[in-house]
Amino acid sequence: MKPFSRLLAITQKEVRQMRRDRLTFAMIFGMPLMQLLMFGYAINMDVRNLKTAIADEANTSLSREFVLQLSQTQVTDIVEYVDTVKQLEQRMREGEISVGVAIPSDFDRRIVDNRRAAAHILVDGSDPTTSGIVEALRDMPIRLDTSPDIELPYLIEVRNYYNPEGRTPVNIIPGLIGVILTMTMMLFTAQAIVRERERGNLELLINTPVTSAELMVGKVIPYIVIGMVQLALTVWMGQLLFDVPVRGSLIDLYLAASLFITANLALGLFVSTAVKTQFQAMQLTFFLILPSILLSGFVFPFDGMPTFAQWIGEALPITHFIRLTRGIMLREAELGDMPIALIYLGVFTLVAMTAAALRFSKRLD
Amino acid sequence: MNAELAIRASGLSKHFGGLVAVDQLDLDVPKGQIYGFLGPNGSGKSTTIRMLCGLLTPTEGSAKVLGVDVPGDAKVLKPRIGYMTQKFSLFGDMTVLENLEFIADIYSYPHHKRQSRIDELLEKYDLADRTRQFAGTMSGGQKQRLALACAVLHHPELLLLDEPTSAVDPQSRRDFWANLFRLAETGTTIMVSTHYMDEAERCHRLAILDRGVKVADGSPQELQAATGMHIVEVLADDPYRAQTAIATLGEVVSVTQLGVRLRVLVPQRVDDAQGIVDRCLQAADVSADTRLVSASLEDVFVAVTLKPQGAAA
Repeated sequence: MKPFSRLLAITQKEVRQMRRDRLTFAMIFGMPLMQLLMFGYAINMDVRNLKTAIADEANTSLSREFVLQLSQTQVTDIVEYVDTVKQLEQRMREGEISVGVAIPSDFDRRIVDNRRAAAHILVDGSDPTTSGIVEALRDMPIRLDTSPDIELPYLIEVRNYYNPEGRTPVNIIPGLIGVILTMTMMLFTAQAIVRERERGNLELLINTPVTSAELMVGKVIPYIVIGMVQLALTVWMGQLLFDVPVRGSLIDLYLAASLFITANLALGLFVSTAVKTQFQAMQLTFFLILPSILLSGFVFPFDGMPTFAQWIGEALPITHFIRLTRGIMLREAELGDMPIALIYLGVFTLVAMTAAALRFSKRLD
Repeated sequence: MNAELAIRASGLSKHFGGLVAVDQLDLDVPKGQIYGFLGPNGSGKSTTIRMLCGLLTPTEGSAKVLGVDVPGDAKVLKPRIGYMTQKFSLFGDMTVLENLEFIADIYSYPHHKRQSRIDELLEKYDLADRTRQFAGTMSGGQKQRLALACAVLHHPELLLLDEPTSAVDPQSRRDFWANLFRLAETGTTIMVSTHYMDEAERCHRLAILDRGVKVADGSPQELQAATGMHIVEVLADDPYRAQTAIATLGEVVSVTQLGVRLRVLVPQRVDDAQGIVDRCLQAADVSADTRLVSASLEDVFVAVTLKPQGAAA
């Protein structure tokens, strides 16, 4: 019973201090909200409404049909009709358009001739996302009913599973949960021990019968609750504002999150025992957060990264957590479908927590 | 004999890299007494106290604190000692009452006795009307009383105080020492470090530390009797000129000015110390009265820190 009461005393103290630290309290709720709005609204990787100009030198019923279908895809937003290819190039140089469609005067004949492309699409390659998307546009199915027997050479249908509308928030928010939890949990716990060291409280604490484990666990408990609140807030706001679904089980999601939160807290505590000042803790936290955002598959596709970067990514708990959240929220997966991610998070927590408790000796030297 | 000692240390040393903070320290601290640690900043007082409560591992030597080997069994020791850090180390963003309750929980103080113990401490240390005040907003004296209350809450057998009065006014210091005597009367052993002479004088016994070395120990009276120095007090019209003249004497170990008086330390092996000083002042044409006086603790301190080999008593 005794150790339990000491643990609770630490937790109670931690909650008290947190409640009185208004900035921390504001951060707990402000951070998920701000990031949700930022990633949901401002950062949009949907490629839609690319400004397009058309130079239709053929001007036949077939070419007009082709232009109509292009505009219906919503990828292009036809802003201008010009007369010649030269004018298209001029517009692009001026930055007025991202895509130019040139339809030669012999378009009707080219359509039936597989050796030559029927139309040319000019792309502003200075914008990397645009150029990628227009490749998809090239493969876009275009059926022209006036020539039912004709098959165009590259009629590859692009099908988007799980996110058919290609909306960014649906991709982003499951990963964003991981980023928000990483940031808050690491930032707060990295300060946890070192703050007491700086304020001198630690010298008092380590002279009491409290054990390292009680101190560590007692400090971590309030943050687990906070992490859960942040998760609930993000999922709820994601549904409310961006229609991000939770197709799998909500319980699975919370279980995965609790494991992930503990992993981050353990890492944060380890950072806290490894540094001397709060400033160093801050620096080290940012050093760890950056790869968590860039190499976890949150923004950039994991498969596209070089092997070395993938190794780093695999080592980060967030990479595994994002796989779990995307699986549960979007693909209706169950926890059992992704055992490796779960095992990794569990092992990571154990290792980090042990390292933190070992590093934190109840001594000053 | 050992049962009467709260602390016994032998050959205790602590090195920080190339710096020798504490060098071959032997200590015998009897139970139920107030034992003082006198020394300037950087003399190794804090380091010694931290080694004794297990916070620092000695580089050499060993210590038995309350019969427990330190640092080996420090865990067993923690519930039996109270420690007051040099810097205020309670939680500034918690109230007086919350701090006391936290300490009570941490020491697993029996729940049914907790409230009465806290009330008793609040009363005894004059904090009863401040229970809801945040500890960080209190004055130096109030913080110090709270720190003492927290350090003694669990009835420790040994209390280690690291320069407890460095941030408080003289009245608070007097009250604080009155509290320490009350605690000593109830059987608590108290080890207190200080750089104030008047505080050192109140201790039952004390050790003087200088650059990590214990240069003298004993009761204040023993130390004063054993300086090995003649103390010549000089009352001069022009103390500065008198000091300049006396400082040239080969026999003189130290000249300290206290207001218009000078205290001149001359080793006891020199005969007629007063005569030597008188003749020197006459030669320098400084008019002054001289007389032999008994050593104060400050004289002891000056004597042992300047010429350690002559003062080993």
